[in-house]
Amino acid sequence: MNDVVNSTAGNPGTVNAAGVSIKDLRKSYGTNEVLKGISLDVKPGEVVCLIGPSGSGKSTLLRCVNLLEQPNEGAIQVGGFEATDPDVDIDKMRRKVGMVFQQFNLFPHLDAKRNCTIAQTKVLKRSLAEADEVAQHNLDRVGLGHLSDRFPDQLSGGQQQRVAIARALSMNPELMLFDEPTSALDPETVGDVLSVMRNLAKEGMTMLVVTHEMGFAREVADRVVFMDGGVVVEEGVAEQVISAPTQSRTKEFLRRVLDPTHIEIEE
Amino acid sequence: MAMTARQRARVSLYVQIGIFIVAVAALVLATDWKTIGNSVFNFGKIGPMFPDIFLVGLKNTLIYTFLGFVVGLSGGLLLALMKLSAFPLYRWIATGYIEFFRGIPALLVFIAFGYGVPLAFGVSWNVTIVVMVSLGMVASAYIAETLRAGLQAVPKGQLEAARSLGMPQWRAMVSIVIPQAFKIVLPPLTNEVILLTKDSSLIYVLGLTASQYELTKFGRDGISSLGAGLTPLLVAGAFYLVITIPLSLLARKFESRSARTKR
Repeated sequence: MNDVVNSTAGNPGTVNAAGVSIKDLRKSYGTNEVLKGISLDVKPGEVVCLIGPSGSGKSTLLRCVNLLEQPNEGAIQVGGFEATDPDVDIDKMRRKVGMVFQQFNLFPHLDAKRNCTIAQTKVLKRSLAEADEVAQHNLDRVGLGHLSDRFPDQLSGGQQQRVAIARALSMNPELMLFDEPTSALDPETVGDVLSVMRNLAKEGMTMLVVTHEMGFAREVADRVVFMDGGVVVEEGVAEQVISAPTQSRTKEFLRRVLDPTHIEIEE
Repeated sequence: MAMTARQRARVSLYVQIGIFIVAVAALVLATDWKTIGNSVFNFGKIGPMFPDIFLVGLKNTLIYTFLGFVVGLSGGLLLALMKLSAFPLYRWIATGYIEFFRGIPALLVFIAFGYGVPLAFGVSWNVTIVVMVSLGMVASAYIAETLRAGLQAVPKGQLEAARSLGMPQWRAMVSIVIPQAFKIVLPPLTNEVILLTKDSSLIYVLGLTASQYELTKFGRDGISSLGAGLTPLLVAGAFYLVITIPLSLLARKFESRSARTKR
């Protein structure tokens, strides 16, 4: 049965990946400038992790990419779309961009499978049978095919987040945005979510990931971008940024994140 | 002298029982049982009210309430969406409407639509239309506030998730937000129906033909025709309870169900 579906969704190597290009992006809330001119390119199939202290603007940057936040200045290109063009068809663009939230945001009134089918049938106008097949395939892909009739409140946090990933994948996105996908999880369920994301990266999906999981960033990311105070402080190959940062702010941040107890003793 | 906590609790209980007994005794002694028996509990003479109060009165009360509720729910949803609209004019209109109709007695609305509007525009509405419009317009105002609160109680992340899947705003509202809001507002909405059931009695200010009588009108009619004092009103009241108590229980059931599913 899977053979049938593989042709439409997510066979390894068949991901139709899109790139992202961000230029001089600025975003303010009132007088508080959260993004102070960010430029960032993500090539098709590349995995980029955004790291940095809370309040550094990394989540806002991610949310600007699919226009959940409206940037004030600058330009964003996603695949073939000019996201910052006022006339862009936002809904059409968003179909290409999967988003995974810190709080999962599964639809509580629908079971896992319906969570994965509703946008397929209502937005992509797929038949229910086809949508079901795609949903089942993607739930299998995140290891939850056997729980497709469970409602969100019957699933653990890690399972909910994996359903949320399956829901996004069911739209056959060309780019996936992850906004701190493991920050709200119990520690023992973090691994399952990360391994799903790792597989996705292997399949060639373009991924932009806001995360505090340095181990994941080091292992999976092609590039790591360190943000602080609304600017990109340092970026480069994952291993280099995490193991041998050149900027003092990056060093300080990584020291706090990688060895929190050490800091406490020092203070 | 000092009492233990348990002794204090016991004394407190005795005091409460004592107050209750005194209050009931005072009420019983102060009551003119003979008059009350003749003019309130005079069930011997109410036979002629049946079966019409049941077949016509109860039926009409239910119909009027239902019609008012249907109009109220549609109008309320429209007003709630207007109140949440990004377009300021819509918000002002909705706010003005809600404040106006919540602020005046429903009785005035009935009189306005029963006599004022037909007079002013030279139209003649039949009673069903008047009830539908009057009850519906009052109900819209109350239901709008209930629905607005329900829509706002759905977490913002739900709309964001729906939109990020490529759903247009209206589709996200219809498929994701409104179904969840509906679950949240089910208990208060049921209470709204209870209020409407009682407000439907205000129709008595209109001129009605016998087939249009609802419960209260039957009660008032019985007072003047049966010579059983106020007893007919008591009967009408009992019929209201037959409608409202099950609704009240239903509201409570919805409430406990939504409390269970919430985490």
